[in-house]
Amino acid sequence: MDSILNWITYIPLIGALVILFFERDSRTIRYTATAVAILDFFVSLVLWFKFDPKLTGEAMFQFRWTTDWIPSLGVKYDFGVDGIAVLLILLTTFMGVIAIASSFSAIEHGQKEYYVLLLLLQTGMIGTFCALDFFLFYVFWEVMLVPMYFIIGIWGGPRKLYAAIKFFLYTLSGSVLMLLAILALYFFNEGGIPFLNIKGLGNPATFAVLQYHKIGYLIPPTLQFWIFAGFFFGFAIKVPMFPFHTWLPDAHVEAPTAGSIILAAVLLKMGTYGFVRFALPILPDGTRQWLMPIVILSIIGIIYGALVSLVQKDMKKLVAYSSVSHLGFVMLGMFALNPMGLKGSVLQMINHGISTGALFLLVGIIYERRHTRMIADYGGLAKQMPMYATMFLIAALSSMGLPALNGFIGEFTILLGVANRSMVWAAFGAVGIVLGAAYLLWLYQRVFWGPLDNPANQNVRDLNRRELAMLVALVAIMFWIGIYPSTFFDKIEEPVNYIVQKVDPSYFNGQTNVGRVLNPAGRAESPSHIELAEKTK
Amino acid sequence: MSSSDLVYLAPEIILSIGASILLLMPVIWQGSDRSAKSFTLVVLGITAISIVVSSHAVVNIAQSQQLQAMFTLDPFSIFFKLLFIVVMAMIVLLSDDFLAEARYSRWEYYSLLAFALIGMMFMASGMSLITIWIGLELMSISSYILAGYFKNEGKSTEAAMKYFVLGAVSSAILLYGLSLIYGVCGSLNLLKISAAMSTIITNDALMFGIMLLGAGLCFKIAAVPFHVWTPDVYEGAPTPITAFLSTGSKAAAFAVFARVFYVGLHDFQLGWSNVLATIAALSMILGNLAAITQDNVKRMLAYSSIAHAGYLLLGIIALNSFGLSGVLVYSIVYMFANIGIWSIILMLRRHEYAGERVDDFEGLSRRAPLWSFAMVIFLLSLGGIPPTAGFIGKYYLFAAAVQSGFGWLAIIAVLMSAVSMFYYLRLVVAMYLKEGRQADVAITPALRFVAAVCLVVTLFLGIYPPPMIHQVYEATKAVAARAAITHASR
Repeated sequence: MDSILNWITYIPLIGALVILFFERDSRTIRYTATAVAILDFFVSLVLWFKFDPKLTGEAMFQFRWTTDWIPSLGVKYDFGVDGIAVLLILLTTFMGVIAIASSFSAIEHGQKEYYVLLLLLQTGMIGTFCALDFFLFYVFWEVMLVPMYFIIGIWGGPRKLYAAIKFFLYTLSGSVLMLLAILALYFFNEGGIPFLNIKGLGNPATFAVLQYHKIGYLIPPTLQFWIFAGFFFGFAIKVPMFPFHTWLPDAHVEAPTAGSIILAAVLLKMGTYGFVRFALPILPDGTRQWLMPIVILSIIGIIYGALVSLVQKDMKKLVAYSSVSHLGFVMLGMFALNPMGLKGSVLQMINHGISTGALFLLVGIIYERRHTRMIADYGGLAKQMPMYATMFLIAALSSMGLPALNGFIGEFTILLGVANRSMVWAAFGAVGIVLGAAYLLWLYQRVFWGPLDNPANQNVRDLNRRELAMLVALVAIMFWIGIYPSTFFDKIEEPVNYIVQKVDPSYFNGQTNVGRVLNPAGRAESPSHIELAEKTK
Repeated sequence: MSSSDLVYLAPEIILSIGASILLLMPVIWQGSDRSAKSFTLVVLGITAISIVVSSHAVVNIAQSQQLQAMFTLDPFSIFFKLLFIVVMAMIVLLSDDFLAEARYSRWEYYSLLAFALIGMMFMASGMSLITIWIGLELMSISSYILAGYFKNEGKSTEAAMKYFVLGAVSSAILLYGLSLIYGVCGSLNLLKISAAMSTIITNDALMFGIMLLGAGLCFKIAAVPFHVWTPDVYEGAPTPITAFLSTGSKAAAFAVFARVFYVGLHDFQLGWSNVLATIAALSMILGNLAAITQDNVKRMLAYSSIAHAGYLLLGIIALNSFGLSGVLVYSIVYMFANIGIWSIILMLRRHEYAGERVDDFEGLSRRAPLWSFAMVIFLLSLGGIPPTAGFIGKYYLFAAAVQSGFGWLAIIAVLMSAVSMFYYLRLVVAMYLKEGRQADVAITPALRFVAAVCLVVTLFLGIYPPPMIHQVYEATKAVAARAAITHASR
């Protein structure tokens, strides 16, 4: 049981190695890959049932598995998950099955390499969520890049080379800056940086994330600002926040369907997960100093993403830009820095994974049949493909936040949290929701309603059984979260309190620090720094 | 000089005898030169064994005063000597079929490689600036000849000429620097120089001397602005020699760099660190940006090696434990990744100079899936992407820069390493993503062996680096103590 996280992480890798020995392009490859993904999903369900959401503090990180890796650097192989990571891992294993099953008819050449890379990607993503050691985290974080690069670059659309390289370089530039931030933390905890007159704590060298959760508040505000900057570039590019989002539409449009699904459902969550897990709890002052810029960028992202979606002619591009808008929402909820906002933010990460994943899958399905994604080529599809139209409607409604579906719960909780902090921010958020309804409903109207006048559309098949099964599973989860979200909220209650406790300790004393945040000086003296100042004297 | 000193010098003596025999072989042996490869490998093997044996034997043997002032057989030098021998052995394996195809004599070629190796070994062991200089000259002169070894080809001759003229000038500059340092400090021994320097606060002649010394060494490692020879020489020289210049020759120069600056000049850090930092920043920026525009793989790798010299300089500038270890760790990982790449280029290099253009890699993934996978791993390692060994090396150097407070340099370094992926990916794109023609390959057992070794080492050290880190720590302990830097168990 203790090594369950290892199993979940490495089952896809083992599967990939097995597939390497298969014959090229044989039918068995697909089925084996699907079987591996399904097996991994079932194993990961153990987390759902065995996870104890009541534990607090460090015990909150469960299923710990620790061993020395590079002792001389203080690097440990340290796996452990809290409620947030459990949900994201389940999302990953679930969407992994969907992604692989969605590729059956889409991928015609190089099947072996394709499924091997998808499974490798799966290992990288799950490992990233499990890692509680910065070094290990960084390794998994980078490992994800290479398979995704190849998936876009080999099986992508006409501009695949451009999109793949752009994706790779953008994310790599961000993550190397994050590496510098990690190094600065490392030296602060250990010997300090004498050259810059930064005194270290003199602790033994370590990369343990939980250790940094403990000592983070001791870091002087200026250093926090710079460390946060490093994390910001690493994570904001991945999210992606405006103005770092330009790689996303290219990557999404060119990627094969499965690539888009994984990219939207899981890879984008890496950025938001990074903020929740590292930037916020470790750098309370840094968070406060960066709060306004991030909130402003999130709001711009929400509005801009929605407006750009409104004018897209390409369905896939529309869904891609809607991600920019939705992720802006996730960031806004997170930076409300109260439990409500954070809870909504985490749930919205899952929601976005399910809803946008479903939308990309749906776009992929129609693309396979008609080989066009242009909205203008469609119209009246509801008559020809009733099942498809129904599924699309549910996914779209879920994405725009209709009550009884998952999106509503996430967006509503975020708005509650944000309104608690600032009505102005909440107002901008609400505008985003309205715009979201606009572009999705307009899309639906243009594609499914009206006369079925394009002859090419008159013989399109409706969903087959495989496609229907995938979509029914996705829709079931949408309704589950929409109707009974507390099974999910229970899991993230304690982690969220833990993070708020770290990033804004005064919140639980009944006094929020809204005033402090909006203080033009940008940073207020919190007790911890007075203590630190005394210490250094 | 006492007879017991011979034990200290045994590896160099043995190798000199071996190299001389290799040189005489065409005269005394009238048959074919097919056995040259095995003979050279045997000589290298015996030298390696003698290094290990001497290093154990010298524990109980006192070194005479005279030799001590000039030569040391400490763990640091042993580490580098063994590394050089591994490089040489792989270069020999890379060269053999290449020479056979080009119909040039092998005996002379291998004896020149062996002489270069002697020079490198003296560089690693030198405790006196003059020993180091002589070692450097021996290595350089052998490499000038090797660069022009294909004497019937214009490009090769041109490369040798450029390399020789610029190299001779840089040697003169270096020697002038040494004389200035000698004039101020009154000794050429690194420990005495260090002692003398601790009493000097500022001295223009000394500063000038150090700058000239640095310039001479920067020429050898091909750092900007002393890099202009690199692309032409790398392009023109026979490919295995290019591989040698970009790994062995460079690692030897860095061994000297580390020893001279950590042991001899550490008290003068404020004087030289900013100048070297500028050189490092320029090398990383110019090397990487220029590499992007190259269509010739050899030139691309030449510019990339300029950039890598910049990264390695971080380890010198930082003057801390991470930096010192970083130079050694990076030398290892860079060497394996780089030689791996050259071995794959040589696989392609058949039928009219294939393997020199990026297009020549097109379709390699279908012709040789395993070796294109290996190529991807090597390129990722050069780019510093985990889980390859290159990441561990880059990690050490970036950590060194952050810890020493050169934050701006660290930011340039990480961003430039991201930029470098752009041109490394061009080769990946050609191998995997281009639907072009099929690459021509001729995979000989020797090339396959070298590539496989490099692949295994690059992956193993990336996933489980502790053994390498332990060796590096042992090798650098004494040097770190001389530089008075805390060298905790990393």
